[in-house]
Amino acid sequence: MHFQPTEDQRALRTGVRELLEARFGREALRASGARLDRALWRELGDAGFFALRLPESQGGVGLGLPEAVLAFEEAGRVLLPGPLVATHLAAGTVAGAATGESVVTRVDGGLVAWLEEADVVLGDAADAVPVRSVDPLTPLHRVASVERPGPEAVLLTAAEQLGSAARTTELAVRYAKEREQFGRPIGGFQAVKHLCAQMLVRTELARAAVYAAAVTGDPVETAGAKLLADEAAVQGARDCLQVYGGMGFTWEADVHLHLKRAWVRAELGQPAAQAEELLAAAL
Amino acid sequence: MDLTCTEEEEAFRARLRDWLTAALPGLPPKPPPQDWPGRRAYDTAWQRALFEAGYADVHWDASPTRRLIFLEETEKAGAPYVGANFVGLLHAGPTIAAEGTTEQRARWLTPILRGDEIWCQGFSEPGAGSDLASLRTRAVRDGDSYVVTGSKIWTSHAEVADWCELLVRTDPEAPKHRGITWLAMPMDAPGITVRPLRTLAGSTEFAEVFLDEVRVPAVNRVGEENDGWRVTMVTLSFERGTAFVGEVVACRRTLAELARTARKNGRWDDAVLRRRLGRLNAEFTALWRLTQWNVSEAEATGGVPGTGGSVFKLRYSHARQELYDTAAEVLGPDALDLSREWTLDRLSSLSYTIAAGTSQIQRNIVAERILGLPKER
Ligand SMILES: Cc1cc2nc3c(=O)[nH]c(=O)nc-3n(C[C@H](O)[C@H](O)[C@H](O)COP(=O)(O)OP(=O)(O)OC[C@H]3O[C@@H](n4cnc5c(N)ncnc54)[C@H](O)[C@@H]3O)c2cc1C
Repeated sequence: MHFQPTEDQRALRTGVRELLEARFGREALRASGARLDRALWRELGDAGFFALRLPESQGGVGLGLPEAVLAFEEAGRVLLPGPLVATHLAAGTVAGAATGESVVTRVDGGLVAWLEEADVVLGDAADAVPVRSVDPLTPLHRVASVERPGPEAVLLTAAEQLGSAARTTELAVRYAKEREQFGRPIGGFQAVKHLCAQMLVRTELARAAVYAAAVTGDPVETAGAKLLADEAAVQGARDCLQVYGGMGFTWEADVHLHLKRAWVRAELGQPAAQAEELLAAAL
Repeated sequence: MDLTCTEEEEAFRARLRDWLTAALPGLPPKPPPQDWPGRRAYDTAWQRALFEAGYADVHWDASPTRRLIFLEETEKAGAPYVGANFVGLLHAGPTIAAEGTTEQRARWLTPILRGDEIWCQGFSEPGAGSDLASLRTRAVRDGDSYVVTGSKIWTSHAEVADWCELLVRTDPEAPKHRGITWLAMPMDAPGITVRPLRTLAGSTEFAEVFLDEVRVPAVNRVGEENDGWRVTMVTLSFERGTAFVGEVVACRRTLAELARTARKNGRWDDAVLRRRLGRLNAEFTALWRLTQWNVSEAEATGGVPGTGGSVFKLRYSHARQELYDTAAEVLGPDALDLSREWTLDRLSSLSYTIAAGTSQIQRNIVAERILGLPKER
């Protein structure tokens, strides 16, 4: 048993991280709004982000769910916008999805994200009504039908949550080392230190769950992974906000963007109540 | 990332399973918790059986994956856990193997593996718990012995132990972390008094140990004089790194049993409770995966388990308490009946956020050693 990323998987993760750092830094995050950056979408397509799991015979990269999870974790770290999961899953069935030429979204629960920017919508969105989305970087519509995506979509959404949880942990720790009060870094105060430690614990448990579900592909394990990743992302962002103090409550800090996106993702794929029922039924 | 075992590891699992199927029916009934001599006899007989079958040293195996397989299979089969052999097998033994001399390894390791000698851990003192390095039990060199005076507390299994891994202060002038020494003390030496302490579960799991001019041969010192803190860190990394692994499997079994009980007694219809059980399913599955992750990481970097053990222990100790609180909800009024196994387990689960370092101390370790946040003082 070797439950650690292989050399190739590490290289893939580094590659995605470098691409996103170069192409979607903090300014890009700040500048992005309800419009999708089509050029970036195509660059993601060129880099194989959407075609990652498409067989090589169909022009894809031919990798598996674990690799996709690592890539989506990176997307979650930087809050990359767009219907990433739907487009990734449409590669091979919807023309242009694999290459990033088309933007594909889908009905997920009672919601559709990025409806107006999408070229293709999967599911019945005829009655879609716009929502004033809590997440400024994820336009949302409400629909009557409540179609739910399959376990792969749930897992990739969980992977994004994991990335966000890891990022807010890093942000909180960095801030706690720099910010001084009472003549010393706030990270020396146990109340702050313990918040950070709990953030790491939640993140690492979610990591083990998400990676394992990627390896086994098991729907029950996937439901558990989503549950723990939602918890890590939502609570991690809240704790990070607390560590940042007043600065955390400003629009200027990225923390609120993580929290709002985490709330949106928690509603997508498989919300807590459904995941818990599935996990209970499996006992 | 791979969760499958090699062919060799699977062969090990199959052999072990066969052996367990044959060996377990011959096991005598488990003695009641208060019967210490009975428990010692039971636990050491099992260790002897493991020794004779070639499984005794599995906790020290070069392949941590085999250790996981062993814990998984023995737990699934309902075999006894290490019990009174806990300290010897899970920390004194590994510490002596890592830090002891050739003679010390020859003297102590085989009796631990054969189940012939039981160890206890004399670290904590009335004035030195979380602040372990402030311990005051004194040892003064006299010829080829140390003369030890002081007292230890919360010493698990002290009543039946043959040996004690003892921390003593050998240099009171030195800064507190520098004057400590790690000794192996024979528990039958004159001057030792053991006074059992009653736990909140009603049992006598641990004891106070009073030391009045106890002579410990200097050859029993593991590591250098005054270098005991470093040796202790090795001991504690074993204690936190691997000690709770097998119990996760046991918790998963308990959870499944809980679900069966709830389906039978009607509590399953309560959606809040049912969802709580579902969440616990996610929790314990993930904790098992986290264990595999930590073990794979240790296997890749080689040797002593890392600080990942603190991350695990923090979450696990709370999850275990949550599990037994949920069991109490499933049982309803029966949860107040001490003759129910789950009631006793609920009581004993209360120690998990304290023993082997409290949750507060574990959070300090995670924050300072993993995240690199500044020390408090
Ligand atoms: C069932 C059981 C078995 C045990 N077996 C053994 C054994 O075999 N051998 C042995 O040597 N010991 C053993 N122990 C002792 C155990 O290691 C100690 O109880 C533990 O380390 C806590 O020390 P303490 O009890 O002195 O509590 P204290 O250190 O007095 O702590 C009391 C409270 O203060 C908090 N606290 C203390 N310092 C800090 C700090 N710096 N920051 C924040 N909070 C702090 C603690 O978290 C705790 O909440 C056992 C304990 C139990 C419960």
